[in-house]
Amino acid sequence: MKRTLIFKNKPVITATSTIAGPKESLGPIGKYIETRLDNDKFNEKTFEKAECKMLSYVIDGVIKNSNRKRESVNAILAGDLLNQIISSSYAARDFEIPYIGVYNACSTMSETLAIGSVLIDGGYMENVVCATGSHFATAERQYRYPLELGSVRPPQSQWTVTGAGATMLSKNGVGPKITMATFGRVVDFGITDANNMGAAMAPAALDTLVAHFNENNLSPKDYDLIITGDLGVFGSKILKDLAWEKGFDIFEKHIDCGALIYEPHEEEFQGGSGAGCSAVVLNSYFMDKFKNKEINKVFFLATGALLSTVSTQQGESIPCISHGVVIENRG
Amino acid sequence: MTGKNKENYNENYINYVKSISVKTNEKRTLFRAFWVGGLICVIGQSLRLLLEKVFFITGDELAGYVSMILIFIGSFLTGLGVYDRIGKYAGGGSIVPITGFANSVVSPAMEFKSEGFIYGLAAKMFTIAGPIIVFGVASSVVVGLVYYFIYWVF
Repeated sequence: MKRTLIFKNKPVITATSTIAGPKESLGPIGKYIETRLDNDKFNEKTFEKAECKMLSYVIDGVIKNSNRKRESVNAILAGDLLNQIISSSYAARDFEIPYIGVYNACSTMSETLAIGSVLIDGGYMENVVCATGSHFATAERQYRYPLELGSVRPPQSQWTVTGAGATMLSKNGVGPKITMATFGRVVDFGITDANNMGAAMAPAALDTLVAHFNENNLSPKDYDLIITGDLGVFGSKILKDLAWEKGFDIFEKHIDCGALIYEPHEEEFQGGSGAGCSAVVLNSYFMDKFKNKEINKVFFLATGALLSTVSTQQGESIPCISHGVVIENRG
Repeated sequence: MTGKNKENYNENYINYVKSISVKTNEKRTLFRAFWVGGLICVIGQSLRLLLEKVFFITGDELAGYVSMILIFIGSFLTGLGVYDRIGKYAGGGSIVPITGFANSVVSPAMEFKSEGFIYGLAAKMFTIAGPIIVFGVASSVVVGLVYYFIYWVF
């Protein structure tokens, strides 16, 4: 059973749009982000409303950036981390466009790209918006503790990114193309510590990575970069070790969005996480590198931890998933 | 190799992760917890002496006033958004004293205010402090019973 899809009518990434909170904007990739917020609430009453507004902001932004009319967009594919993916659904309420809600935790960005590519390659749609976002405050409340509680974050923990990103996939246009997609399997190696997402997710990334290389007779040499979503510094280290054990040397090629987004600083420990992390970094920083032809072929695999607070409290381990897409600069 | 549930998890991998995990700097956290926790206790004791010597309050009433003032300080600092920073630095040092208890009640109350006063603020107020109250009351009953029987036997 092959898990990799090779697209014939390669979908084009014609435009992107990103937004991020003040903390992310101060980070190393801050200058690449399209809209930099100076307050976490985005002038809304609650953080949930702010997250929703960020998403609708980037969806609107990407349609404008691609110089397309709203009517010409066939579907919005979006997801986020909140229960019942409310941010995406409420954001989609503002647009009179068919909406496909998807959820794969922090892997949602690559999942929407993969599904969107299938819809375009199959000839069913011409323009698809793929968007995801997350917010530090809403994720903290849902998965952890209230913001003002004086608790200590363990050193393995990561910091949920406040931000959202959207990509416009089109049948025709100019830009990097999505040539392949490898769908992930749910992988669970038995990590139960919800603060150690990097360790829980690394085997899922490995599973997709190895399947992708083996099925297509590819190796890390064929890529300029292998970009993971939010493994963080610790998870990246594990992924490199595990891949090396499987015979793939990715030490030179691997880079992680979570490890990239913040300045090395004690508070965030292992780096950024959350659905917004890969969405922001891919659609700002890496798309800029594509535009300047500094990178021409990457394998982008965002990783997601499919847990909920209930499963954690019932002592379940953390199942994880990783979907990958290949993005290429082709003439 | 994909373990299906907790019962057939991958022991090798878990051990490997444990072996390369970043360890908490125990000496540093213990030191921080010690001096901040100690400082809060010193403040409490000073308040006690102040109330006793200046305002001539004694007995249970004195303990009550000291607790009230400390709880107020803890809640106030939580409201200002300062207490979580102290907590980040001091860890257990600022969680264990009564000010930490105040923090654990006020912080969810602030967080869930957006869901309304009854089902939000009031209902979620004790999500963190609730277990402390339950076990506090339960253990006080056990201690009371033990005390009663010792008193009765001797």
